[in-house]
Amino acid sequence: MAHQSDPLKIKEQLIQKYPTRVARKRAQQIVVNNVGENQAVPEIMANVRTTPGIITQRGCTYAGCKGVVLGPTRDIVNITHGPIGCGFYSWLTRRNQTRPTSDEDHNFMPYCFSTDMQEDQIIFGGEKKLRQAIQEAYDTLKPKAIAVFSTCPVGLIGDDVHAVCRDMKEKLGINVFGFSCEGYKGVSQSAGHHIANNQLFKHVIGRNDTVNPHPFKICMLGEYNIGGDAFVIDDILEKCGIKMIATFSGNSTIEKFENAHTADLNCVMCHRSINYVADMIEKKYGVPWIKVNFIGADSTTKSLRKIAAYFDNAELTERVEKVITEEMKAVSVVRKDVKSRCKGKLAMLFVGGSRAHHYQDLFNEIGMKTVAAGYEFAHRDDYEGRKVLPTIQVDADSRNIEELTVTADPENYHPRKTGEELKKLNDEGLEVKGYDGMMPQMDNQTLVIDDISQHETEMLLEIYKPAVFCAGIKEKFTVQKSGVPCLQLHSYDYGGPFAGFKGAINFYKTIDRIVNTHIWSYVKAPWRVNAQPLLEAELVETN
Amino acid sequence: MLLRHTTKEVKERSALTINPAKTCQPIGALYAALGIHRCLPHSHGSQGCCAYHRSALTRHYKEPVMAATSSFTEGASVFGGQSNLLQAINNIFSVYEPDVIAVHTTCLSETIGDDITQIIAAAKDKKFIPEGKYVIHCNTPSYVGSHVTGFSNMVKGMVSYFAQSGPQTKTINIIPGWVEPSDMREIKRICKMMGIKIILFPDTSDVLDCPQTGTFEFYPKGGTTIDELKLTGRSQMTLALGRVASLAAARELDAKYKVPCETLELPIGLRATDRFVDMLRRTARVDVPASLEDERGRLMDIITDMHQYFYGKRVALWGDPDQLVAITEFLVDLDMRPVYIVTGTPGKKFLSRIEKVLQGKVPEAKVKEGACADMFLMHQWIKQEKVDLLIGNTYGKYISRDEDIPLLRFGFPILDRVGHSYFPSVGYSGAMRLLEKILGLLMDRQDRDAKEESFELVM
Repeated sequence: MAHQSDPLKIKEQLIQKYPTRVARKRAQQIVVNNVGENQAVPEIMANVRTTPGIITQRGCTYAGCKGVVLGPTRDIVNITHGPIGCGFYSWLTRRNQTRPTSDEDHNFMPYCFSTDMQEDQIIFGGEKKLRQAIQEAYDTLKPKAIAVFSTCPVGLIGDDVHAVCRDMKEKLGINVFGFSCEGYKGVSQSAGHHIANNQLFKHVIGRNDTVNPHPFKICMLGEYNIGGDAFVIDDILEKCGIKMIATFSGNSTIEKFENAHTADLNCVMCHRSINYVADMIEKKYGVPWIKVNFIGADSTTKSLRKIAAYFDNAELTERVEKVITEEMKAVSVVRKDVKSRCKGKLAMLFVGGSRAHHYQDLFNEIGMKTVAAGYEFAHRDDYEGRKVLPTIQVDADSRNIEELTVTADPENYHPRKTGEELKKLNDEGLEVKGYDGMMPQMDNQTLVIDDISQHETEMLLEIYKPAVFCAGIKEKFTVQKSGVPCLQLHSYDYGGPFAGFKGAINFYKTIDRIVNTHIWSYVKAPWRVNAQPLLEAELVETN
Repeated sequence: MLLRHTTKEVKERSALTINPAKTCQPIGALYAALGIHRCLPHSHGSQGCCAYHRSALTRHYKEPVMAATSSFTEGASVFGGQSNLLQAINNIFSVYEPDVIAVHTTCLSETIGDDITQIIAAAKDKKFIPEGKYVIHCNTPSYVGSHVTGFSNMVKGMVSYFAQSGPQTKTINIIPGWVEPSDMREIKRICKMMGIKIILFPDTSDVLDCPQTGTFEFYPKGGTTIDELKLTGRSQMTLALGRVASLAAARELDAKYKVPCETLELPIGLRATDRFVDMLRRTARVDVPASLEDERGRLMDIITDMHQYFYGKRVALWGDPDQLVAITEFLVDLDMRPVYIVTGTPGKKFLSRIEKVLQGKVPEAKVKEGACADMFLMHQWIKQEKVDLLIGNTYGKYISRDEDIPLLRFGFPILDRVGHSYFPSVGYSGAMRLLEKILGLLMDRQDRDAKEESFELVM
């Protein structure tokens, strides 16, 4: 079988067609996995510029900031400051579900707000129009908060959006804050995540110190409620008796953000997009964070046990175990059934900054093998684990993104655990602030590819013919036209949820449908299958 | 309520657009460029532009949409994008091997002031453009006009780069405007029925409506060929369908190669199709074939048979100017009442065109274009006085659900239904499809709302 051939040779094939310089760079971003002692893995080049002209999955800083991190919050009026396109394309296209608590609750998510910048503003500056737009948003909608997102030309013409926001905050008496998330900053969406994290931390988190008396309070960081994932996680935690203070940022409100620093523990789902906030909250308020993964039933079980272990409370542990036992009953039945049809099939995942890792757990659960995977915008630590953080070189593109200096808050810094307690947890296997990354969990001889190109995608499909390829909307139909089904892991093909136990069942069934359908067998017309020549001849005796 | 903050009361806005009825230029240029055979569109700007445009077009067509980007970072934004574009051109010809790269700019590269003509010349000097291959471009500053302007600019770019002079032919150039691949296919079908030789450009049929064969074709078989584009300078006439999307290129052919041009509204609906067919008939001096007259007759048959269901129905519409003018005329011809009409694409000419097709028959009509002419305002008008039908893109489904008004999906983008790329809305058969859909929506509504005793079997 093709996938048993030498991955090093396949790697050579992938880069063969590139001009020398491109090939040299791509060779460092394509790695044959090899897990050694202490989970050591080969170094991969990541979070570096995409070569111009090489068709990429990546988007821009604005998309990471406005689209990913701030987009799912329902009660902030998010104004895009720029020409109309950026606001238009990020209007409702990410499937972040939200559930207002009443008819009066604010929900601006179905709206798109833009300053629709015109040539005049490019020449004479756009601050005046922005100021007016914020005023009109206030007059028309009376929101609790307004956020402003800069697009490419804003940075170039030198509009000071932060000054405008400060003025308007004072004038209107509501929170108004800006993001310098021009599309050209950084090398991908990732820079936008960082910028979003910084501004949330500066302008929102910590504004409300009211402490909920609940004994087990957590925040879920990096869960964007696509397809309702956060709802499923909320339900499970509630059953377990764990209180969710805030989710960053699925189904969220600004009030929840303001109060997030009062939690006892931060749980990080998408490490790439939100680890900055987790770190900063820890430094300023003393809330530790742990990496969790609610994608996959076994991963959900593991994550719940981690949370229970952190709180170290017998009653909580018992309740968590009860929920796990109950939920796993239904999971096991479906898993066994689906596994019987999916076992041994091949999957590939090229998406996001954590999904390409998380979803491997789900494929494992039904016996499918991930032969190649990679992220769209992750960094080395997401591939190799946070242990490599000290060795990551900060290049010019990353240096452009502000790194906030955070110190302990003189009044509100309350370490939730003592150093000794944390050490004990670590010794017992609950790594605080730890993330092992994707590669240590992948098999040896699998391919790990950062920022995969269209060309490499086509080659991989041809070489491996996987049963399913997971990517995004831009790749979806190129993959399917090659005769390989593609599941979008940004939008879940408008299905989901895939998180938690219920989500796992849903995912098993989705994959079963995708990889075991007969529809692909009809692609070739019957007269094209074992085509017989139309010429008919009669055998004539010749001698 | 999904749009719970939309109030009946209208507050004047001059700076804040809410729920736009337009998007930006580059996506139009990208779409147009896909209508050239073996062309790779290229976005000269940040990666996000290209990613957003490809995503939006892919969601609309459920098809591969290939395009490359100059992947600007902060350095390129400070020092200019020349080195990025040169690298891109070299890499694209090495890896993706197109016949043409069609570069469009973005607000970023426009604000910096990159000179694309000069960069293409530099690419030639460096021998980055292989023999017989082309790099063309157009400027598409996102802060001017709309997505339709970008389409228009790229089509004009095709003429500027490819058209050549020579002895006149009997061929007619048709610039179809920003319509669907199905519409382009239908225009070709009508011309074939009439026995007229045309060059249709751009042509996205067989590019964005490709069959599933199990083999991915990076460059599908469709698209106007470079040879055809070269010949456009020798045609006897250019027919520009929809002035916003098509006139610029037609004028360029007139100015440079003395190819006279005629502008018609898009052939959407009965009388616009009549004018289109008549123009072809007179220009090519042919008779209209009986089969095409039969199509017209079948359309007329639906109109006369079903008139009672159309009569007096109030309609709100939003979208692109050329589409809106054509469909408004059709609605008026059916005795429907297009009462609210909004386009984000700026241009005062739109108002007089709409006035003309309203024929003074809908005095209550409210029409707005350009700044702050958005779906939020239109929704406010609807809240003031309701309509029976919405006609516009998928974003209308939020108004449709909140106000319980049926929605005919028409225009760009349609993100939640299939059909638009396969079944036309131009020509007589396209008009029949529109009527089938409108009737379906109105009659389903009547069935749903009827009291039991007045629930009709036959309609």
